[in-house]
Amino acid sequence: MYVYDQHDQKIIDERVAQFRDQTARFLAGDITDGEFLPLRLQNGLYLQRLAPMLRIAVPYGLMNSIQLRKLADISRTYDKGYVHISTRQNVQLNWPLLEEVPDILAELATVQMHAIQTSGNCIRNTTTDQFAGVASDELEDPRPYCEIIRQWSTLHPEFAFLPRKFKIAVCGSTQDRAAIHYHDIGIELVANDDGEIGLKILVGGGLGRTPAIGSVICEWLDKKHLLTYLEAILRVYNQHGRRDNKYKARIKILVRAMGIDAFREAVEEQWTALKNGPSTLTEEEIIRARSFFRDPAYQTLDTALAISQLEDDCMRDPIFANWITRNTQDHRLPGYRIVTLSLKATGFAPGDITAEQLELLAELSDVYAFGEIRSTHQQNMVLGDVQISALYALWQRLQAAGLATPNIGYLTDIICCPGGDYCSLANAKSLPIAEAIQTRFDDLDYVYDLGPLELNISGCMNACGHHHVGQIGILGVDKKGQEFYQICLGGNQAKDASIGKILGPSFQQKDVPEVIDNILSTYVTLRQEEESFLDTYRRVGIHPFKERAYAKAD
Amino acid sequence: MPRLIKHGSIIDDAWQLMDPDCTVPAPDQICNLDQWLQLGDKNGSAVQLEPGQDPSCLFGALEDIDLLVINFPIFTDGRGFSYARDAREHGYQGELRASGHFIRDQLTYLQRCGFDAFQMADDSHLDAALTSLMDFTEHYQAAIDQPLPLFRRRS
Ligand code: HEM
Ligand code: SF4
Repeated sequence: MYVYDQHDQKIIDERVAQFRDQTARFLAGDITDGEFLPLRLQNGLYLQRLAPMLRIAVPYGLMNSIQLRKLADISRTYDKGYVHISTRQNVQLNWPLLEEVPDILAELATVQMHAIQTSGNCIRNTTTDQFAGVASDELEDPRPYCEIIRQWSTLHPEFAFLPRKFKIAVCGSTQDRAAIHYHDIGIELVANDDGEIGLKILVGGGLGRTPAIGSVICEWLDKKHLLTYLEAILRVYNQHGRRDNKYKARIKILVRAMGIDAFREAVEEQWTALKNGPSTLTEEEIIRARSFFRDPAYQTLDTALAISQLEDDCMRDPIFANWITRNTQDHRLPGYRIVTLSLKATGFAPGDITAEQLELLAELSDVYAFGEIRSTHQQNMVLGDVQISALYALWQRLQAAGLATPNIGYLTDIICCPGGDYCSLANAKSLPIAEAIQTRFDDLDYVYDLGPLELNISGCMNACGHHHVGQIGILGVDKKGQEFYQICLGGNQAKDASIGKILGPSFQQKDVPEVIDNILSTYVTLRQEEESFLDTYRRVGIHPFKERAYAKAD
Repeated sequence: MPRLIKHGSIIDDAWQLMDPDCTVPAPDQICNLDQWLQLGDKNGSAVQLEPGQDPSCLFGALEDIDLLVINFPIFTDGRGFSYARDAREHGYQGELRASGHFIRDQLTYLQRCGFDAFQMADDSHLDAALTSLMDFTEHYQAAIDQPLPLFRRRS
């Protein structure tokens, strides 16, 4: 993974000092609330319902064991002994004290971490595929480009006061696991006709109030132009994005208003001034960035032996076998597998992880996975490189720590925002809905029979829980001061992206599990052979689901 | 006389905004964009841009302009940052001044975007503000003050 040199460290240290001074001035009354707001947001600090919330950046979801231990430490010293993994691969503390945030940032800086631009109207943490570098369907590792973008966007002087927040995601594989269609800018590594790998650039995707799928602004861009091209897009957006209405301020609205062709033209015009300028990437810089993501010390393994042992273990222990099927994936090398640790045990807030679990993960990653851990936008954690022969031992440790719930990619692997329990913007609670659904569908055989299914919950239109792109999405709405839930179906964040359609009038909290049950049994009745929920939905449309869901009310 | 920060120190300033009804500026007067566009002789002129007025309309006469003021009615409207860079990248060499309601915590960013003078709506704490110009001594990306990105300078 990327390692800071003295320059990177200096920038981060200076940022901590700057924020310490800003916080002191705020506490002394020298900065108004309104002035402090963007300053603290650009350091990831929200003031919430119960306490501040501090969002720590995890660049493209990659951490090492030293950083995990530090996070565990910080959560104990400054918080309540647990953290939350966000849908943008970041880590959140829910109960820090404002006065102590500068100290937390200073601690983070000692392990090359920070909270820069994790909120606010600026360029946010760049996200990517949680399986980057180990996925079997990868064209090229996206992380070097994420790191190049991270550096360029960090404390960018021109783009710190944009009309609205700005999110970039990069993907380098056949399957899109980074949801690039739903980002302000989505970047895909693609080959041109000559087989040379370059960048396909999408612009204007997003969720929130007006969900939109990104449009292609450039089919293939030479990698060396990455930063100048991004700079041109951002400059057009910064000058022309709407600032009169915060719900119309995202770049998706500008792209839609101008039309993608006129928008592209404006970008190209800006770009002519920047193209081939000093920000053009050098061959050496690309090589340098890639050097941080070279293969770890993989061993040549006796794969046949390991696999036969694994099969034996699976025969002996069906619970283990189940976990192997659900929570591990092919690695691009034969002797290894990718392991996803579920943070979706019933009875725990989706994405929460305790200090003890963090420390355990740090230890396990040191023993089994070259000391690296990834966070996922589905709010789970990943060990990218586990030898097949080590899986049984690893599983036993995870099982004992409650991190082996075998539900990755299934109904109960729910993406969920903190909602009304924590968030002051919420219309409704979201965590109890997640728990009620997990409790109702506790029959694993039924859950597996439903096949891969994403169920996403947001407590309000801001869509932190990505409800629009869940095959089943649940949105908290406020009706005359009462909490209700709207359900949408058919969302999808893969390459054939689609936005969920609203089923109909919203439901009371107590009815939600029943409604979900009705939707699922409609699917089970209508599906053909191995057809997935999404395919069935796409074939039959929303009506059968609607009829069934509202049948009782008639 | 109003005070402002210019080239890293605090100075008195003689420039004044021109009466919106006038058409010909007296010495030391700053035109708004309409007035400036109507000026016959733009040599030695001063002009103030507001958000929504991008500097491309000045590009033909940048060499004639002595003072370009970019106003920030509210500090969260960041258009002026791009205007400044755009003007500098098109060759503007004169004084580039930020005016209005920006805050001291934005000074380093403003400076990086090419501003060399800062006229804050509240000029009572300029000494303290000066220290904010020193918040950062290293930067990742290219900008006006440091045209080379860190990756071309790393050693
Ligand atoms: C508890 C405090 C939180 C607050 C106050 C908050 C606030 C917001 C707001 C206002 C937006 C909408 C902005 C817009 O659409 O332009 C937003 C979007 C978003 N939030 Fe949160 N959020 C919180 C927690 C979280 C958490 C815990 C997660 C992850 C689980 C999260 C993930 C996201 C994501 C991914 C979006 C982007 C949706 C998009 O692409 O438009 N947020 N948040
Ligand atoms: S979706 Fe709404 S309720 Fe949920 S965290 Fe985001 S802002 Fe809060």
